[in-house]
Amino acid sequence: MHHRAPALDIAIPGLAFDGRQVLGPLRVVLPAGRCTALLGPSGVGKSTLLRLVAGLIAPPDGTRIAAGDGAPLAGRMAWMAQQDLLLPWLRLRENVLLGARLRGQRADVARADALIADVGLAGRERAWPSELSGGMRQRAALARTLMEDRPVVLMDEPFSAVDAPTRHRLQDLAARLLAGRTVLLVTHDPLEAMRLAHKVLVLRGAPATAGEIAVPGAAPPRDTREASVMSAAAALLESLAA
Amino acid sequence: MNGAISRGLVVTAGLILLWQAFVWITDVPPFLLPSPGRVAAVLWERGDIIAGHAAVTLSQILGGLLLGACAGVLAALLLAAFAPARRWLLPVLLVSQAIPVFAIAPLLTLWLGFGMASKVAMAAIIIFFPVASAFLDGLRRTDPGWLDLARSMGAARGAILFRLRVPAALPALASGLRVATAVAPIGAVVGEWVGASAGLGFLMLHANARSQADVMFAALAVLAAIALALWFAVDALLRAAIPWSRETFPDEETTP
Repeated sequence: MHHRAPALDIAIPGLAFDGRQVLGPLRVVLPAGRCTALLGPSGVGKSTLLRLVAGLIAPPDGTRIAAGDGAPLAGRMAWMAQQDLLLPWLRLRENVLLGARLRGQRADVARADALIADVGLAGRERAWPSELSGGMRQRAALARTLMEDRPVVLMDEPFSAVDAPTRHRLQDLAARLLAGRTVLLVTHDPLEAMRLAHKVLVLRGAPATAGEIAVPGAAPPRDTREASVMSAAAALLESLAA
Repeated sequence: MNGAISRGLVVTAGLILLWQAFVWITDVPPFLLPSPGRVAAVLWERGDIIAGHAAVTLSQILGGLLLGACAGVLAALLLAAFAPARRWLLPVLLVSQAIPVFAIAPLLTLWLGFGMASKVAMAAIIIFFPVASAFLDGLRRTDPGWLDLARSMGAARGAILFRLRVPAALPALASGLRVATAVAPIGAVVGEWVGASAGLGFLMLHANARSQADVMFAALAVLAAIALALWFAVDALLRAAIPWSRETFPDEETTP
């Protein structure tokens, strides 16, 4: 369904905020149709890099963000944040349809309801966000992200605000529903990275540069009962804590 | 809210009892401080006259509320939508609030006459500022995450304003409208003091000149009742209109 998900080649000459160098010269390649996890100590600039790719902060001169298929990236990316960002004055279905509402397009209610069912919230289409639990709200946010149907999905610690079992289920759900898209997943959870990512990058240093970490051979979502997954996550944790 | 009303009634009854006791003990002459009983008697005997004046004042308050709230909402939208408007008009907005309404009341009477128009204008001027400033404050405090989301979805500027900033600012607008409702009677009554031929303010001024303290108190009581009823009505309307705006004082969640 997403054969056309492009690879992303991101080259940044460095980024400074208020004279402080946040990111060093970086080159990050996101393989087409694959999930790339980005880790690193907090404050290193993971979210900044993701927001830069998402177009939410002005890119510094010399930045090059190119799709592998050569076509422009505008309108081909969706963004999902750590907070669910559901609008409290809209019911669940209307929140999932937000993109169409904001662009003044016709709302595809049937597809929204199908996605709501996909994330396990069938029957709650008319619920207010305040009536949903944290995990349900994050699933609603995932449905809203999928509703955008973009080949490139940028996720900024999307499951870090929920408890561990809920996070585990959300990861399975995301891996299933995002399969075939080019995903950049910013996370601080080594296990999440080792479960979901085809490629794991670690940002470190000041200004930060990226290094690649080997991942287990199996295809995501990987089984946490596999010794290779747990040991890779443990090794990643040790290297992040070092 | 029923609890709030009954508590208010208990407090009011207590104050009236204190007042009656004070009059009994000090034997103060009625032209200085009439007893609550005497005020009630005036309310009963001259009810039709007082009601007529009250209707005039109430319609001035409502007119001012409508006009001032609309102007305030429009001004806030204009300032939120256009950065140059913010730079040029925000100082004007502040200056408009710095001028005491007492100072312009005679001018408004001169320009708009002794009838309703000058009082409606006065109330509208008083109401305009709290509505405009509260709404503008709400409009500029939209959650940055929501704005990021809207931008990542490719929303147009107009859609961001009307589908994101405006709904997010409705609770702030409601606060402004509550304040406006509370101060609206001031505008109408000040206008009547400066020059009028009807209204509760006119009645009070008239009674004061004739040392009819009981009539003054009766008019005051009616004015207070109007202000309270108006506030509760507006509050109930706003709550019904913005059901998703939750109040989060932890000690008020269980005892409404």
